[in-house]
Amino acid sequence: MPDVFFELSFIWAGLIAFAVLTYVVLDGFDLGIGILFPFAHTHKDRDVMMNSVAPVWDGNETWLVLGGGGLFAVFPLAYAIVMPALYMPIILMLLALVFRGVAFEYRWKTVRWRGVWDTAFFGGSTVAALCQGIALGALVQGIDVDGRAYGGGWWDWLTPFSITTGIAVVVGYALLGSTWLVMKTSGAVSHHMRDIAKPLAIVTLVFIAVVSLWTPFQNAEYFGRWFNWPGTLYTSPVPIALVVAVFLLFQGLATGKETTPFLAAEAIFVLAFIGIGISFYPHIVPPSLTIVEAAAPDSSLLFTLVGTLVLVPLILIYTTYAYWVFRGKIDPDEGYH
Amino acid sequence: MLSGFSAEILARVQFAFTVSFHIIFPAFSIGLASFLAVLNALWLWTDNQVYRILFDFWKKIFAIAFGMGVVSGIVMSYQFGTNWSVFSDLAGPVIGPLMAYEVLSAFFLEAGFLGVMLFGRERVGNGLHMFATGLVAFGTLISATWILSVNSWMHTPAGYSINELGQFIPEDWWAIVFNPSFPYRLLHMVLAAYLTTAFVVAGVGAWHLLHNKADAAGRKMFSMAMWMALLVTPLQIAAGDFHGINTLEHQPQKIMAMEGHYDSHPEGAPLILFGIPNPDEKRIDYAIEIPKLSSLILKHDLNAPLAGLDTIPDEDEPPVAIVFFSFRIMVAIGFAMLGVGIWGGVQRYRKRLYDSTWLHRTAVLMAPAGFVAVLAGWITTEVGRQPFTVYGMLRTSESLSPIAAPAVATSLIAFIIVYFFVFGAGTFYIVRLMIKTPQAPDDLEENGPTRTAGITPVQQLDDSHLAPGE
Ligand code: HDD
Ligand code: HEM
Ligand code: HEM
Repeated sequence: MPDVFFELSFIWAGLIAFAVLTYVVLDGFDLGIGILFPFAHTHKDRDVMMNSVAPVWDGNETWLVLGGGGLFAVFPLAYAIVMPALYMPIILMLLALVFRGVAFEYRWKTVRWRGVWDTAFFGGSTVAALCQGIALGALVQGIDVDGRAYGGGWWDWLTPFSITTGIAVVVGYALLGSTWLVMKTSGAVSHHMRDIAKPLAIVTLVFIAVVSLWTPFQNAEYFGRWFNWPGTLYTSPVPIALVVAVFLLFQGLATGKETTPFLAAEAIFVLAFIGIGISFYPHIVPPSLTIVEAAAPDSSLLFTLVGTLVLVPLILIYTTYAYWVFRGKIDPDEGYH
Repeated sequence: MLSGFSAEILARVQFAFTVSFHIIFPAFSIGLASFLAVLNALWLWTDNQVYRILFDFWKKIFAIAFGMGVVSGIVMSYQFGTNWSVFSDLAGPVIGPLMAYEVLSAFFLEAGFLGVMLFGRERVGNGLHMFATGLVAFGTLISATWILSVNSWMHTPAGYSINELGQFIPEDWWAIVFNPSFPYRLLHMVLAAYLTTAFVVAGVGAWHLLHNKADAAGRKMFSMAMWMALLVTPLQIAAGDFHGINTLEHQPQKIMAMEGHYDSHPEGAPLILFGIPNPDEKRIDYAIEIPKLSSLILKHDLNAPLAGLDTIPDEDEPPVAIVFFSFRIMVAIGFAMLGVGIWGGVQRYRKRLYDSTWLHRTAVLMAPAGFVAVLAGWITTEVGRQPFTVYGMLRTSESLSPIAAPAVATSLIAFIIVYFFVFGAGTFYIVRLMIKTPQAPDDLEENGPTRTAGITPVQQLDDSHLAPGE
């Protein structure tokens, strides 16, 4: 039995990581569009920007529900420790998502209050991204555990490091949003977004560099993993692939490619995510709670796994179909509302 | 502002507040999703444009209600961890997987096909659009199934053992999912969602009939909704009765509180129609009661003995007054709905369904009744489970996160302000859409109903569509 137990909890750690990564890949550009809202020149541009995700945003956000719900199901102890530890950023993120979610419908229902819901969309998206980044930073920093509960205070999450990761995520999501719009829109909006994407890419890279150099110093174990032989042997492909992605991003932006910048920007996110995963392993809540310790009993893991292996591929298929239905450039005259 | 309250009571209020807001939207969108699927199917089948007009009319309302349901639901799924982390650690192995199944089998389905349903008719054609609409409706029902299984397990836990850490360990998933109160609760809740929606539709239809008796869309929706009221209300009352009998078996003290039975009645218990619970003296003041009727309803025997709260240790007693009143509010609304349903049936029989001004006025008044009944019903159920989160096994006071009262108080205040602002605005937009006369969608007027395939520009935002004053 112990063997199976081992495998199941690691399979699950991989699946949860996959859910969170899918969330970042999909909702990242979606939140990014909200972050870029103030940069749009006209109402009409904002209509187009919002319509480019209107049919799919709910599906994107459902990955966040799966990340939280999945953690609850298979790593209840991690869920029970992390949520109180990150109490404020989580609650703030939820409130921000409320504003942003309803703005998708509300802003089309009023003229007088359109500005209010535009602001809600921008503010909600930005605060949600900021809180996600802060939560990430706080996790990397490490969380105090006392027995089977959170052992720290309710401001522990707030440090220069977590603020930095928070801003990094905001800028990064904005980059994803701008490259998505380069791909999905035409004319002035597309050009404008291409202009914005370049500085955003540069700032994102600076943040990635700062956070990457800072992270190993949060925890001696991280340091060892990245800079000691033979760890470096396994970790070095990540920075190398990153260089390739960065090259493709800038080249794509400069040569007027439509899809490459978006894919390259997403690749940068995926690589950064893998980098964080390497630092975390084998912990689920650094520095003390491991994947195995946090896992639910075997019967819970197995019961959930059966359905997951059937349903997640199905979900990926019909999500792809939904994107396919709304493929191509947004026609500015085709309002979805 | 909220100092002096313990973290526990604040967290309970926060949960009750956020879930009460959340349940309002699913109660409406479960019913409305099915209604939309029926309307679309009827349009495709009969080619009668009124159905398509109604579909487009309710679709816009659905989109807003659904959006509010989604954002308030996301808050719920994280609140177990933020405020009830000990509960999450201990009960997570059992209820976590059920909630994960809800996400995988329902939320993704709804979200994936919602876009196609709302915006995709021209792109995918009527057939696939119908399919997507059906899947969204199906998804809302699956969602209700899983979450009610979770909730029912907390009322009537089954199929588990407890390990050395105090965690609930799943032993028999079948017994967990189909725990004793689940079938009753599922039936009662789905019927509640349908009735709630029926009364909203009836109220909106009646409002349009009061302004224009000839309004074809108004007539059609009013007629459809009155059929639902007539047929489903009796079912709901029967389902509620069965539910109550089941609760007597598994959670007797909840029934004692609902009935206001402070004392045991060895020779048949009275049904207390109304009264004011007096917790200090442990009796119901000013009670108006019918002798022996409670025993008849619950035991089908006039003289069957019923135990009272005097047999329960004080620390295991639920708060009687809340349960007692909320139960009566729900039941009163149930019978009022039955009355309206029968009234509508009589007027239909007399061929006066569309001319009966008083019926229409009553229907407008009753439009929000379902929401009140749903909330009252949930308050009955949930407060009646106290002082436990997992009935008989885990106390509410032992489920709380290690968080400080000021943190909970701050977030509670933030939730209250944000929810009233955001959902207030949403309700305003919904009501504004409801009172606008239903109109034929553009593509129907221009080209007839059969045009498909991605060439038609969908109607744009046009400020003239908005109500005057905007
Ligand atoms: C999945 C589980 C679940 C579901 C579907 C619901 N609840 Fe619940 N409810 C709980 C799980 C729960 C809980 C986590 O177990 C709480 C929190 C604290 C407590 O005592 O139980 C609770 C408490 C709670 C309280 C406070 C009771 C008290 O402290 O005296 C109220 C008034 C409600 N709920 C009302 C509702 C309403 C209106 C619902 C309609 C959707 C609802 N609940 C669904
Ligand atoms: C504590 C309990 C609950 C939690 C944690 C919860 C969680 C959620 C979440 C996360 C969503 C958003 C899904 C998305 O992203 O698309 C949602 C929506 C929904 N929930 Fe709940 N929910 C709860 C109670 C209920 C109850 C009691 C019902 C009905 C019986 C219900 C029915 C629905 C439905 C039908 C939706 C789809 C959106 C809508 O119809 O408005 N939920 N819920
Ligand atoms: C008049 C007839 C009715 C009776 C006898 C009745 C009975 C009950 C009972 C006994 C409960 C508590 C279940 C428990 O202890 O867990 C309950 C809960 C509830 N009721 Fe009713 N009910 C009636 C009408 C209605 C109506 C008209 C609605 C809404 C339109 C409604 C909605 C609910 C809801 C949402 C719950 C909570 C969920 C649940 O436990 O099923 N009820 N009802």
